[in-house]
Amino acid sequence: MKKAFSIVKGRHSKNAVEKTAQIIFIVCAFFAVLAVFSITLYMLINGTPALFKVGLKNILFGTVWKPTAKEPGFGILYIILTSIVGTAFSILIGVPIGVLTAVFLAETAPKKLAAAVKPAVELLAGIPSVIYGLLGIMLLNPLMYRVETAVFKGSETHQFTGGANLISAVIVLAIMILPTVINISESALRAVPDQYKWASLALGASKIQTIFRVMLPAAKSGIITAIVLGVGRAIGEAMAITLVSGSSVNLPLPFHSVRFLTTAIVSEMGYASGLHREVLFTIGLVLFAFIMLINICLTRLLKTKEEKE
Amino acid sequence: MKKKFAAIAAAAALVMTALAGCGTTETTTADNAAASSQAAVSEAAGTDTAAEAAGKEDGNEAADEAASAGADLSGSISMAGSTSMEKLSNALAESFMAKYPGVTVTAEFTGSGAGVEAVTTGSVDIGNASRNLTEEEKAGGVAENIVAIDGIAVVTDPANTASGLTKEQLSGIYTGEIKNWKDAGGADQAIVVVGREAGSGTRGAFEELLAIEDQCAYANELDSTGAVMAKVAATPGAIGYVSLDVIDDTVKTLSVDEVEPTVENIKGGSYLLSRPFVMATRGEISEQNETVQALFAYLASEEGRTLVESVGLIAAD
Repeated sequence: MKKAFSIVKGRHSKNAVEKTAQIIFIVCAFFAVLAVFSITLYMLINGTPALFKVGLKNILFGTVWKPTAKEPGFGILYIILTSIVGTAFSILIGVPIGVLTAVFLAETAPKKLAAAVKPAVELLAGIPSVIYGLLGIMLLNPLMYRVETAVFKGSETHQFTGGANLISAVIVLAIMILPTVINISESALRAVPDQYKWASLALGASKIQTIFRVMLPAAKSGIITAIVLGVGRAIGEAMAITLVSGSSVNLPLPFHSVRFLTTAIVSEMGYASGLHREVLFTIGLVLFAFIMLINICLTRLLKTKEEKE
Repeated sequence: MKKKFAAIAAAAALVMTALAGCGTTETTTADNAAASSQAAVSEAAGTDTAAEAAGKEDGNEAADEAASAGADLSGSISMAGSTSMEKLSNALAESFMAKYPGVTVTAEFTGSGAGVEAVTTGSVDIGNASRNLTEEEKAGGVAENIVAIDGIAVVTDPANTASGLTKEQLSGIYTGEIKNWKDAGGADQAIVVVGREAGSGTRGAFEELLAIEDQCAYANELDSTGAVMAKVAATPGAIGYVSLDVIDDTVKTLSVDEVEPTVENIKGGSYLLSRPFVMATRGEISEQNETVQALFAYLASEEGRTLVESVGLIAAD
């Protein structure tokens, strides 16, 4: 028994090992595919019945969300609009900051400062989303409440939300997408061939002109990728915004308490039953469709980019 | 090669033991079932006596009798449902398991709707619901067993100067007619209306008791009792509703129609906002297995009533 036992010994066993390994690889690869297919199938099976029961138009374009009322309303238009508006505004705030940070890191930062900013950005990416939410509750909401009381002082019609509103959610989302946008834009900027920059500088363009007229256009497709990924992250986020947005179904105006597609599922799943539960799955399906759409756009983008290169 | 044989022998022995182990457990359970089906009958009889004789001298004796009859009880009970019933369920599981060491009680807190659904499909023995069952749910063959009554307290931030509200003021605040505390006996300050999400047992009970179902205009719809407490405590001008048993110093409780939310007032029936805690079973209690029957017998005993009261609830009659 002193000789070690080895299954790789001999010609016959070698062939068997090759085959087994091949099978294991196939099974592993199949696992991911299986997961995607079963999730898609599950969402379709669970999400579509309510669509037929309530009616596509009533769900997607209805504005009354009263799932437990005697005459229930399952309209999720405001919820869909909130997700779109919230994501759009967080992109509007997050992307310029993110791209300019990337320019700073890739082009203009002194080495020492870059060495401090870079790890900070990476750390930002690693913070669990619930922490963003907690900070939002403790810092952002009280601040927003002060702004709200100042803006709507003496208003008879405004419903005071205590600072839990669309602005809070948008700010939290904008901060959350920063790491994604910064990291991808930075690598896109670094991938721009150095000759472009040198040529531009040699022609007498200033550093700023070079960055905005040469570098950024050259890195355009990478930055678009960053934006699309940022949209994906923002639209799929639930934990952080469920804590700061107030979670009432309202038209997405800045000082309204709002509910996103994700938070609609999270906040009511625990107690929902019957048709209400089925509609929550339909919301999941809508969210799923949105994210699929974004992913398809992303792959298309990456493909055209590859073809160009 | 000796080592290999030894290993195989050891593995075989292990498998044998495991199988044998299974076999023994099975027989014991079967034996127990046979033995305790008789016990269950006498126990059920004992419980009835206990319930009838509550307050009489022999009440405790009958309860003890019932307990001793099921002392060798074994098995497991699974519960799922309302998060509002977490305290009660955990306390019940703990003391019931201490009394019947052979029984394992597990409790999950998935929400009233999910709990009733779980008991309807038979995946758990008991479905907890912090509201009355709907007709739809009862039609699914689920029996409503009220085990306790819970009071709902109206809370504000500690700095609020209002001391109480009338039913009309409370309804007005939650339907959005009253937007400032100066119209409800307080200072000139905007009201931030905090509530629970649709489907929550507390929200259902609150709106039903005030007869303002589906008319509420919430500024914040939060998905747990703790979140409501935290939001109300931290937001000036906020008002919220929570279970009576979670009240602490971080918030101020308001009286409703000049009645303070105390156990005495809820029991006496003078406090407006109270609701039942239901432990739903698939079919009547008498159709359950002996461990589940023992649990309900325990809840109906003096000891069980003390337990219910110890978690801030009122024992059901």
